[in-house]
Order: sequence, then structure tokens, then C-alpha cells
Amino acid sequence: MEHILEVKDLSKYFVGFTAVQSVDFLVEEGGFFSILGPSGCGKTTLLRMISGFEEESEGDIIIRGESMKGIPPEKRPVNIVFQNLALFPMMNVEKNVAFGLQRQKISKSEIATRVKEMLERVGLQGFEKKNVTELSGGQRQRVAIARSLVLKPSILLLDEPLGALDRKLREHMKIELKLLQKEIGTTFIYITHDQSEALVMSDKVAVMNKGRFEQIDTPQNLYKNPKTAFVAGFVGESNPFDIKSYENGVLTTTNGWELPKQNLDYVPTKLFIRPEAFILNPTDDLENVDVVDMKVKTILFDGANTKISATIIQSKDVVLISLPQNAQFEDLKEGDIVKVGIHQDDLKCYKD
Amino acid sequence: MMKKRNISFYLFIVPVLLWLIFLLVLPHIDLFISSFQFENDAGETVLSFNNYMSFFEDSIYWYTFLRTAFYSISITLLAFVVTFPIAFYLTKVVSRKYSSFMTLLLLIPIWVGELVTIYGWMVLLGDHGVINSFLIYLGIIDTPIVMLYTDFSMIIGLLYMSMLFMIVPVMSALDSLDDSLIEAASDLGASKWTIATRIVIPHAMPGIASGGIIVFMLIIGDYVAPNILGGKSSLWFTEQIYNFFLTTIDWSQGAAFGFLLLMLSSGIIWAVLKITGQKLERVGS
Repeated sequence: MEHILEVKDLSKYFVGFTAVQSVDFLVEEGGFFSILGPSGCGKTTLLRMISGFEEESEGDIIIRGESMKGIPPEKRPVNIVFQNLALFPMMNVEKNVAFGLQRQKISKSEIATRVKEMLERVGLQGFEKKNVTELSGGQRQRVAIARSLVLKPSILLLDEPLGALDRKLREHMKIELKLLQKEIGTTFIYITHDQSEALVMSDKVAVMNKGRFEQIDTPQNLYKNPKTAFVAGFVGESNPFDIKSYENGVLTTTNGWELPKQNLDYVPTKLFIRPEAFILNPTDDLENVDVVDMKVKTILFDGANTKISATIIQSKDVVLISLPQNAQFEDLKEGDIVKVGIHQDDLKCYKD
Repeated sequence: MMKKRNISFYLFIVPVLLWLIFLLVLPHIDLFISSFQFENDAGETVLSFNNYMSFFEDSIYWYTFLRTAFYSISITLLAFVVTFPIAFYLTKVVSRKYSSFMTLLLLIPIWVGELVTIYGWMVLLGDHGVINSFLIYLGIIDTPIVMLYTDFSMIIGLLYMSMLFMIVPVMSALDSLDDSLIEAASDLGASKWTIATRIVIPHAMPGIASGGIIVFMLIIGDYVAPNILGGKSSLWFTEQIYNFFLTTIDWSQGAAFGFLLLMLSSGIIWAVLKITGQKLERVGS
């Protein structure tokens, strides 16, 4: 597939700190690319550089083979959906969506057809004359997206557009956005601090931390094989441990929990274990599985997402364990002692 | 049923009512009555429309009336054109730290007072004033350009004294404009001009309207600047009212002209609000 966007060694320095440092990535045509990172990691600055509102300090942004150096935002083939949506309150829905088209040399009748088509596509037919202040959060969202997409940009940039919505609507819009992107086929670059948004919607996710990309991968790989300690800790839930030593194939946490782990050619400092990696009451015939006794501390009921919090008897470390989706552990209660197995492959070790 | 009000309510309301009644309502009623009083040939004071009729009979009054209206509207528009970029710059471009300091600098002419700033303009604009001397020194002109005691100097004076009353409400309106709207418009391909006319000005319209009303009222009712900076031909309607009261001592005629001015200014403001679709309540807030 062709690369629609190529970002080369891009950096942005502000007085006193570096917002983005030597970021390199490629985005495929028609892809849904997310940039995931905690607030203040530089993802908004990165997006603003792509859209042209910030000038890069170093490096280059290439869209469809053309360098964007010195090209102002209004001339770039990208459009942005702002965090607060930035709908024009002085205009109705129709005029908001037509605004960009009216800036080009397009006949009135064609503008009208394209606006109508776009509003139909995002499910807002009949809302043409409504003022944007009268709409619900989800509708405003769709107006903002329609307003950008009607211009047929090469790339649509989305700056945490779901951030302001309530949880239920956010879950709904997540799916809707992904479907819309698949249907229209425009390349989306989506920035968010919400890992679930990034994982659900994206074809590829870049995890950003302190101005750098830690890993660019598919959501599945990101979750299964995090390359750095930051990714392991940030994407999905994990139980983190600090490692004191690694000797003779045994890891020891700072609290003194000993775990066998073969074939590491370095001494790790961090260990992460996913809640679902723990096997409750493992059978004895499993290979490479270390078994420890734990005491159930509390049960955190959350439907299909129920977990238990348990204390490792050996070291007093507290871990979160996912409960399997069957009735097998329904009568588990506080204070119970359970046997818990962990496969060696599920021990994700990192060196700082 | 009347709600029982406590003593502090009356404490606050009484001075306001006294102020309104004795300093506004009563004098206006008195002037209104006197504007219909006319001394007939027999020397008796009778009620008549003569004072108002004389306005229509003498073309100089008409001419001055229209001239005052035209100039007041033009200078108000000019004040908007001149101050809007400044207000935009101070609210959206300059960092907050400097913008309050710069706004303070703008206030200085007000502290000095209108009369002093007008004398300042006389020093600048006179035939042997700063500007002419400088231009002659540079060799651009040989003889001084006549600027003082013309319509030009009068406009400068009126503009200068009223400008600030446009800047302040426009700044407060612009302050509430979300910067991302400007960025969004620019992202959608709008030029700077389009952003100004389609996004920024519509947003600031209530502020512009309230600033416009204040500036217009100040200008149409000003006496000092037209009198001192204007020349013999720079007629202003307030000067005629002044003349009736203090030169020809015809208070009834003066009162009638005063009411004509009041009707003129109210009428123009009403018309402008209607045309721009602004509501007075919104403008006032």
C-alpha cells in the first residue's frame, strides 16, 4: 500500500523543553492511525505540526510525496477535528458544513448537494437549519466530522474528539467512528490518551511518551508484545513489579517474590504481568508454569470484567487477577487461599 | 401582593430614584414644555410648534443637522475600523502579561481630559505645528498644509476622544472568542479576511454595537472638539443649541433643537440596531 503520510525525524523545541523529539512514522492510505499517549506527551503538538498550526523545528512532513514545509494550514490537504470541536456558533449546521466548500471555487448547487450528501452520510439529515448550540454532544461531533470530511481531505486529523462526551456515548461513537472511517476510506490520524479508543478503532497505534514514539504496532501486537516498559504499563492493565535481581534463571522482586524465568541475556529492572495471565488453580501438568499461593483480598465485581485483588503470601505483593468467564470461581470470597500459576512467557521483563 | 422589602433595598433605591427624577426626568420635562413656548407679537408666551417649525424653515439648520448625523455615523465607523485591529491584537495576539499594560496605555488620553488632548492636537496640526514643521524640514512641502480649523482636524479630535469607548467593549467581546474557531476556519481554507468577516466580527457584534452606540452618542453630542478644532464652516448641531442658550438667549428654541437632536440620535441607533439585527438587551449586557 502507498504511504499517504511520511513523517521524517520530526522535532519541535519550545523554550526550555522539547515537545516532540525525532519522531519517524509512515501512515498507509486509508488507514486508521492512532497516536496514544498520556497528556503532555507531545501528541497535540505533533498533530498541530501536521495540520500546519505549529512549525517544525527539525525534520519534514510529507503528504502524498509532497513536503509540507512552509505551507500554511489553509493550503494543506489535511483537516482537523478539534478537541472542543470548534463549531461556528454563529452558523447553523448546514452553513458549518458548507463553510470549507464556500472557500473554494465551487458552484452553489454543487455545494448544496455535497453538504446534503455529507449530512446524510453522518446521519444528520433534517438537522440542516438547526443551530449547532441546539445539538447533543454526539450530533455536534458528527457535524464537526462532516465539516472536515466534506472537503475530501487526504488525511483527517482528530484531536481527542471524544474526550468531552459521557462514557456511554463515547463507547457508541468509538464504534461509529471506526465504521465511518471504513466506509469513507479517508485516512484518519487520531490522537487520544484513552487506550481503549486507540485499541478499538485503529489499524495501527503509535504509543508516545515524553515526545518520542515508544512503539508503532497493530493493537494486537501492542497488547501482546509491548516493546518497552512504558508501553507494557500504559496499554491495557498490568501488574507492575520492580526487580531486585536476576540470578540462575530466577527473578526476585524488591519484595522478595521469586519467579523462574529462563534465557534472559540481561538483568531486567521491571516486570509486568497482565491480570488475565494468572491461571487460577492450575493443573499440575502445565510446563513452565510457576505456582504460588495467594490470599484473596477483595473481589472487584464488574460483570464480564470482574477481577480479584490478591496478596502473594510469599512477598506481600498485591496483584489484580481476572476471573475466567465461567461459574467456576463464583463462590470465591475474601480470605480464601488460592493457587495461582503464571506461565514464563507471560512475564514481560524490561530493562530501563 | 407586595413582597416585603428590607431597609437596605430602600437605602439603595432612593438615591438612584432621586438622581433619575431630579437630574434627568424633571429637567427633560421642563425643557420639553419650554420647547413649545413661543413669544408671539403681542409679547405673550403661548404654546406653539413655532420653535420646531423654524428648524424646517431655515436651511442652515437642516444642513447642520444632516452634516452632524453624517459625520457622527462616519466617525463611528472610522472608530471601528481603526480600533478593531488594535482590539484584536491586544486580546488575541499579544500575551496577557503585556496586553493589560498596553490597555492601560490606551487609557491615558482619558485621564488627561478632552480639552487637554485637543490642545495637544492643535500643537500637532497647526500651520507652524509639529507635523508641518517636520514636513517642511524634510523638504517634502514648502508651505504648510492647512489642517487645523478644518473638518479634518475636527474628525481627528472627535475620533481620538471616542476611540477608547469602542476598544473596551470590542475587546471584552473578542476575549470570549475561542481561538480554536479561528484555527478551525483557517484549517477549512478560509483567508484572513474571511475569518475576520465571517467568524471574528459576527462573534464580536454585540460588543461592536454597544461600542458603536457609546461612540456615536459621544460624538453627536460633543461640543468641545467641533468648536475648538473645527473651522468656521465646520458646523455641528450642538453649537447651534449652545448659541440659542447662550448667545441669542432663546431657551425655548434651544430646547426644541435639543429634542430634535435627541430624536435624531435615538432614531439612528434604533435604525442601526434593526439593520444589524442586534437586540438592545444583548448589546447592553
